[in-house]
Formats: sequence, structure tokens, C-alpha cells
Amino acid sequence: MNFIPLWPSGASAYSHQIDLLVIAFTVLIVALSAPVFVLLLVFIVKYRRGKEADRRHAPNRNIPLELSWTIVPFLALLGFYVWSTDLFARLYHPPADAMQIDVVAKQWMWKFQHPQGQAEINELHVPSGQPVKLTMASQDVIHSLFIPALRIKQDVVPGRYTSSWFVADKPGTYRIACSQYCGSNHSEMTGSFIVMNPTDYAKWLSLSSNDVSLAAEGATLFRSRGCSGCHDPGASVRAPSLVGIYGNPVPLQSGEIVTADDQYIRDSILLPQSQVVAGYQPIMPTFQNVLSEEDVMKLVAYVKSLGQAGVTQ
Amino acid sequence: MSDARPSVAEPFTDPLQQHRAAMMGMYVFLGSEIMLFGGLFCVAAAVRLAHAPEIVRASHALHSGIGGINTAILLTSSLFVALGVESAKEGRAKIASGWLGGAAALGLVFLVIKAYEYWMDFTEGLLPVEGVHSRYVDDVQHLFMNLYLIATSLHAVHLSIGIVLLIALSFRVTLGSIKLPERAIVLVTVGLYWHLVDVIWVFLYPVFYLAR
Amino acid sequence: MTDVADPKLEEANVGGGGSTETTAQRISYLRAGHSLKSWLLTTDHKRIGVLYTLSITFFFFIGAAAAALIRLDLLTPAGDLLTNEGYNRAFTIHGVVMVWFFLIPSIPNTFGNFLIPLMIGAKDLAFPKLNLLSWYIYMLAGLFTLFILIAGGVDTGWTFYTPLSTMYANGNVILAATAVFIVGFSSILTGLNFIVTVHTLRCPGMTWGRLPLFVWSIYATSLILVLATPVLSITLVLISLERLFGLGIFTPAIGGDPLLFQHLFWFYSHPAVYIMILPALGVVSELVAAGAHKPIFGYQFVVGSSIAIAALGFFVWGHHMFVSGQSLYASAAFSFLSIAVAIPSGVKVYNWTATLFKGHISLDPPFLFAMTFIGLFVFGGLTGLMLAMLAIDVHVHDTYFVIAHFHYIMVGGTISAFFGALHYWWPKIVGRMYSLAWGRVTAIFFFIGFNLTFFPQFLLGYLGMPRRYHVYPPEFQVLNVVSTGGAAVLGIAYLMPLIYLIYSMRYGKPAPNDPWDAIGLEWTTPSPPPKHNFETLPVVQRPPYDYEIELRDEHV
Repeated sequence: MNFIPLWPSGASAYSHQIDLLVIAFTVLIVALSAPVFVLLLVFIVKYRRGKEADRRHAPNRNIPLELSWTIVPFLALLGFYVWSTDLFARLYHPPADAMQIDVVAKQWMWKFQHPQGQAEINELHVPSGQPVKLTMASQDVIHSLFIPALRIKQDVVPGRYTSSWFVADKPGTYRIACSQYCGSNHSEMTGSFIVMNPTDYAKWLSLSSNDVSLAAEGATLFRSRGCSGCHDPGASVRAPSLVGIYGNPVPLQSGEIVTADDQYIRDSILLPQSQVVAGYQPIMPTFQNVLSEEDVMKLVAYVKSLGQAGVTQ
Repeated sequence: MSDARPSVAEPFTDPLQQHRAAMMGMYVFLGSEIMLFGGLFCVAAAVRLAHAPEIVRASHALHSGIGGINTAILLTSSLFVALGVESAKEGRAKIASGWLGGAAALGLVFLVIKAYEYWMDFTEGLLPVEGVHSRYVDDVQHLFMNLYLIATSLHAVHLSIGIVLLIALSFRVTLGSIKLPERAIVLVTVGLYWHLVDVIWVFLYPVFYLAR
Repeated sequence: MTDVADPKLEEANVGGGGSTETTAQRISYLRAGHSLKSWLLTTDHKRIGVLYTLSITFFFFIGAAAAALIRLDLLTPAGDLLTNEGYNRAFTIHGVVMVWFFLIPSIPNTFGNFLIPLMIGAKDLAFPKLNLLSWYIYMLAGLFTLFILIAGGVDTGWTFYTPLSTMYANGNVILAATAVFIVGFSSILTGLNFIVTVHTLRCPGMTWGRLPLFVWSIYATSLILVLATPVLSITLVLISLERLFGLGIFTPAIGGDPLLFQHLFWFYSHPAVYIMILPALGVVSELVAAGAHKPIFGYQFVVGSSIAIAALGFFVWGHHMFVSGQSLYASAAFSFLSIAVAIPSGVKVYNWTATLFKGHISLDPPFLFAMTFIGLFVFGGLTGLMLAMLAIDVHVHDTYFVIAHFHYIMVGGTISAFFGALHYWWPKIVGRMYSLAWGRVTAIFFFIGFNLTFFPQFLLGYLGMPRRYHVYPPEFQVLNVVSTGGAAVLGIAYLMPLIYLIYSMRYGKPAPNDPWDAIGLEWTTPSPPPKHNFETLPVVQRPPYDYEIELRDEHV
């Protein structure tokens, strides 16, 4: 589709599928509406007041006709509904081997964090052919990450993590825009989405400043903010151990059992009173006004890494 | 009017038509009130679903006994209004006026008790007041108390309007400016309003006080 | 029109469509009292309809001025006319004024007020004083809004999303929420009045199955007015309290949820768009029947479609939230229901087309506006179906594609119908004929100007230009310039009727009872009607739109 001047470029196989759906739907639109326009014109000309024409037995109703023009378009649309919902559902099921990139949106900029620690502002470099999963948080209001070339967007909502995923195929530079009105400089909250072939991406990674991985940054925060004071083994205050909790069930005071995913870890740091682990006192202080969403993402990365072989102290 | 036929207001042509219109008008209005409070109930449901244990804990901290007494008071006042409306339909103006006045008085008692209850919540550090330090167990309790205050205040506003209406009607019936039983419809429609305010409380009470 | 009142008044007759001259024996509602007080304290539904028409026209031009600023600024990619904050206030006031002070009352409170009693054979609405109160409430809210404009405006978008509106926005959010809260009461009372009127004041013989389709559509609209608006009211209260006192319902930090606002807001605002289109659909039915001199094909299906749209419209709000973090299953359900709600609208269009078959079509301005409506509404509705498709919506949500879609419906649709109604019932309302040639010219300018303005926006949206964008990438400029050019033509179309219609009030030929040879109770009264519409209520014995198949001047 890239040769049509009035058509946006497509950077993924998914984008081409959306374009196909749109074109097919446009054909349906024409099929449903062209008869109306044609007939209107024909009737206006043929049955002009004062003009001779055969107007005998003008029908007032025709139930079979009315039923069919109600039901047939509905069935046609249902076909598109199934097609479209299937494409949409894929956005909710990222592959397990997707590379995770953390995104923080705030008035009025985008911050992207690569797993090895490279951070970018208003620019996102990704390797082509590699599934990428975006985990997104907002520091303030609702924003929305829109990458037209991929035909995807996802609102970034404060208080929770939202996510999206894609596989970009075509190296090039494309646009990123914020598409949820977020205040004064909403229309300037834009950036670049740069797809590179894997070799170039690896080169870029090594050239960008990346002293420490996200998890290691998280480890530093864990100590500097005092988390280790309660959560390390041997601490005087009794707090749940964090080793190996990621992805596993956690029994809560209320009797519920939840899975320790990204959202759970984030909420435990920022809203510690809301899901207290069974058998522990609700004494953890909140870091609501102390840690930014970025910092929390680093801590989440750190806790995740504790699931692997021996990474404490 | 010179003859015994009841008069109809413009644009109606017969009394039955006017009666139907008055009843339907009140029912439609009450429908809109239900949607108004419905929005609040949906918010309460959403908050309850998101934070069930904390909501239950916060609900325990409310004075359900006082709330229960208030519920009984309102239900009794509705009974008074119903009796007043029946008397009005029979043309017994003084008795109707008495019942309405009694209902209004009960409504006032409700408000007084509610004010006392707010004061108790305040002294316990639970009532959200600007600039005053509060003693919440957790943030969700703060949220719960805010919602409770909004819902009960909105209800109290509606109740106050009802009280004023009942008092005004009571006077006008006694003075004869509302002729009974010809104009009993006025009491019927106001009575319907009062009953809805009561019904709304009957839902508010368990939603906030009895979350378990 | 003389001022002489004849005590012996004729009975209105039914079903006839002949062009009798006005007998000049009755005092028209326009002349029954000349003082300001007789207008400002009127309970006559016709005068209240006129008051509303004046008010909404005023607010329309305020909203249009904001639009003009927006389109001018968008001539260039850089934001050089307004500042960022100024631009944000411009599109917010455009939305707030156009939605609540123009579109929602546009047809119901003007033509609905004027025509419903006439169409059902009644002397007034059920609650005339409540009707006047509704107008005062509307004006109070409108004055509030003007005050907000002067006080610096509001910058949240007409959608007031949290937490931007409750915690971060700098403008007069609470004042704006209050203004909209107040105007909501006007909506609710109007709807209440119409519902009770249609139920209780139909004249003898006017059964539900003989009601004009316009009345049915206003009835369906009134159901939405009464049931949906209160949800908006409580939502506005909640965001105002949240902003004032930090309530927390929409604040994640203390356990609230910003998405809860979106659910509450759209639960009202989606049915609200049906408030804006259903009356227009009813008007078009009247215009098509009159223009074709034929009963509307499939009257029952058309009635059913109005009720279906009103009912289903309550269950589709989540289609505004496909990318906001809603669950996959909820989105799938809302997508399905959104497809379902589009079907009844399609049914209407097919029925109108079939009505023209074997009709007697006259290309007067009302009919031309009905045709512009069909042309533009069909396109708007089908692009709405495109938006209902989940995967497509992900790409075009919050872009100019959506803006184009809803302007095709609300301007291409509702304003076409409003103009059509204006050009159709003008002779009845003021008692004068206007220049039909100029009416036709307006319709053509409107159609061309509208398409030039909004069609490029579909392309801009698919290309990825988000909405509410003050600055944009240079490659989008050509389309934006075309759009602004179209807006200028559209502006001319809006202004032209002001000239020839007002001119007609003084210099137009006095209108007969039934200038269009149309069938309906309103056409049996003089133009303009007397204050009490009918001295003796009509008795209806024939079906609606009972046009003779053969006209006198035609051969079969």
C-alpha cells in the first residue's frame, strides 16, 4: 500500500491486514449505499411532479423486502465483525518471547526503557522481525501511544499498566503521537519510531549509554529507598520475601489469592494498604509521592529478576 | 367555576385527561430521579467491586443502628403520606393536612438525626472535612466516606425539598386553596415524590451501612 | 394578516390539502400581544419555539466562531494564530456550545415545541408553564457559558476526561460543569413535557398508528432526554466535587478509577448523540413524504426503527473506550451492539428511497435538504460502522477520522434536517413565503461546502492526524487547507438563510394554510396559526400521509 500517496505507510504485517480490512469494508460501504444514491437520482428524474409516468399501484409497504434489507446488511456486517474482532483480539495476546520495553508517559513527553537499560526520550528504536511488548504507565493524566505505521494505539492510564505489542517488519523512521488529549502541549507530544534491522539495532544498543540494566538500576533503588531494610532476609521488621514471587500466586489477608504480576508489584509499592499479604501487618509505607512511575518500573524489573537464580543482597 | 364540573387547565379538555397527564408527568420525573441516583449507585458498585474488603471494613464503621432508626422514621413518614392522600381523596381536608404535617415533621426528625450522625462521624475523625485531620484506616475508607457523604447529602437535599412541599401543601389544604377531593391529584403527585425519596433511602441504607 | 378577531371561528378540517387563502379572521399567535412581557412570559408553545430558535441561533454562531478560529489556525502546520492554551479552549468551547446549546435543543425545542401540539391536534403542550421554565433554565445556563467564555474559557475538551479535568486542567472546569448541569434540567423537563403530551393530548382519532413520524421521533428522543441526562448530571457533580475536594472516585492514588468517569460520561453521551439525530430523522420523513406527495413506505418499520435506535443507543457506550483499557470481552460486546444500532438507521434510508418510487417529486428547498441529509448521513453512518469495527477503531480512534464521522452526522445530518425543517415550516411559523430559488442555492452551497470541509478529514485521520492537535506535521497541510476552504463555503451557506428568510418576514408573499400541498394537521391551520391552534379539536379518520395517488394535474 505504500505507493498510494494518500495512504499511510505500513511497517508491519498487521498494518497490512488492517488496510485490507478497511478496503474490504469500504467496498461494503459502497455496496450498501450506491444503490440508494443511484435510485434516488433515478426516481427524482423519473417521477418528477407533473411528469407522466406509471404510478399505478404505488406500494406502501412490503414486509419481505423490508425484512431482507434489514437482515442481509446485518449478516454482511457480522462477517466483518468476526474478522475485525479476531484481529483486535491478537493485540491482547503477545507472544511469550516478546522483548519488553517499558514506556512512561507524562506531560508532555515519552520515555522508553529498553531491558538492558537504554533509555530514550521521544524516540523508540526497535529491531525488525522481533515481537516487542510495551508496558506503559502514566505519570499524570491519560495519554495514548499512537504509532500510525503499525495501526495501533493504546491509552496510557494513570494508576495501572496498559500494554500493547507488535512486530515491525520494515526498517524506517515513522511517527509516534499522543492521541489522548492531555493538556496544553498535547499536540507537541510526538516522536519518532525507528525500526532497524537486527544488526543495526545491536550496534545502536551498544552505542547508547547503558551503564546498567533496568533490573540492576532497580536493585540500587531497592537499597537506596530502604526497601531492603524490611524485605531482605534478616531484617528486623517482618516483611514478605520477594524472591521468586513474580508470576506466582500470593495469598492475601482478605482470603483472595492473586498473581504477582507487574500491576501487583506496582500497587504494592504505591498502594501498600490495598492488597496486604496474609499473615503480615499492614505497616508498609506508601511510596506514592516518593517514586516516579519510571522508578517503579525499575523496581518491578528488579523483583522479576529475583525469580531467577540467587540474586539478593 | 359556576357549575359543579371540576375545571380543567389549558390545554386539557376533560378532567380525566388532566389527571392522567399529572400522574404520568410525575412518574416520568421520578424516572429521571432514579437515573440520577442510579449513577451514584453504579459508582458505589464499581468501588465495592474494586476494593471489597476495605469497603466492608469501612461500612462497619458507620452507625448502622442510627441509620436503621432513620429508615424506620422515613418508612413511617411514607405511611403518613399515604394516609394523608387517602383522606384527601375522601375530601377530609383537616385530617389530610394533619397527616402531611406529621410526615413533614418526621422528615425533619430524620434530618436532625442525620445531622447528629454526621457530627458523630466527625468526632470519630471519619467525616471528610476540608483542612481537618481525619483518622482513616486506609485511603479506600476515605473514598467510601466521601461517597457516603455525597449520596446522603444528595438524598437530604431531595428530602428537604419534599419537606417544604409537604408543609406548603398542608397549609394550603387547611386554608382551602387546594379544594379536596377535586384537587387531590396535587397531593397524590407530591406523595409519589415523597415515596421515591423514601425508596432511595431504602436502597442507600444497605449499600452503605450494611456492606458485608 | 389583520388584527380583527372574528368570534365565529371555523372548524378545522381534516385530510384536505388544498391551498385555501387565510381568512384573516383570527389573531395569529404572532400578533396576540406585542409587548416584551407577552413574549417573555408566554406559555404558548409556538412563541416558546420561536424564543428557542432565536437562542439556539445565537449560540450556534458562538460555536461557529470558535470553529472558524480553529480552522483558520489549522491553515498552517505551526500554531501561529492561537497559543496552545487558546486553541485548547477554542475546541472545548466549540464542543460544549455546539453539543448542549445548539444540537441537543436544535430540533426538539424549536420545531418540536412549535409543531407537536399542531400535529396531534392539541392546543398546547401538557405543561405550558414548565415549557417556559425550560427555556429560562436554558438561557440561564447559556449566560453562564458566556460568562465562562469571558472568564477565560475551559480547556478540557467537551468530554472532561479525568484526571485531566479534576486534577490538572487550569480552566474554569467547575463553572463549565455547572453550566452543563443547569442546561440538563432544561433537557429533562422538555422531554417530560413531550412524553406526557403525546400520551394524553392526541385529538380524537389520532391513534398511535396515525401519528406523524416526526412526532414518533420526538417521542423516542424524549425517552432518551429523560433517562440519560440525569446520569450526566450526577457525573458533572462528581467531577466538580472531585476537583474541589479531591473526592478520589476518579483518582487512582486513593483507590479511584479514571475509567469510571468515562463509563459514566459515555453512558449519557452516547444516547445524547441519538438525541441529536432522531429528531432529524423524523424531520426527513416529513420532508420526503411532502416532497414526494406520497406516504412514507413502511410506516411501521420506520416507527420501530426510531424506538429501536433509542433503546439500543443505551447499550453501546463502550465503543468510545475500545483502546482505553476496557476488557476484550466488553469491547467485543459493545462492537456487536454498535453494529446492531446502525441497522435501524439504514432501514429508514431504504424506506425513504422506496417512498420516492412512483411518487410526485418536487425539488423545493425542503426536499433538497432532505436529499443532502440522506447523502451525508448515509456516509456518516457507514463510517460509524467502520468505527464500530474493533481493529479499525484502534487505528482511527481519537483521530480526524472520528471528527469527520460525527460531523457528517451532526452537521451533514442534523443541520441539513434543521435547515430542511426551517425551509419547510417557515411559512407556517411566520406566515410568509421566501424565495425558493435562494433556498435551493443554500442547499447546494451547504452540500458542497460541507463535503469540502469534512471529507479531507477522513483522509487526515487515516493518515494518522490525531484530534485536538494544534500543530501538525507539514505533510498534512494540503488537506487542512482544503478543509478550511470548505468551511468558508459552508459558512456562506449558514449565513444566506439569515438574509432571505428575514427578508421574507417583511416582503414575502403571505403564505396560505398549506403552501406545499402537504398532508398533516399543522397544514389545516392558518399560516401563522392562531394562539390556541384549534378552536374545536379536529377528529382524525384517515391514515397518516394520506396523499391522493393521482393528482389533479397529472395523467396516470
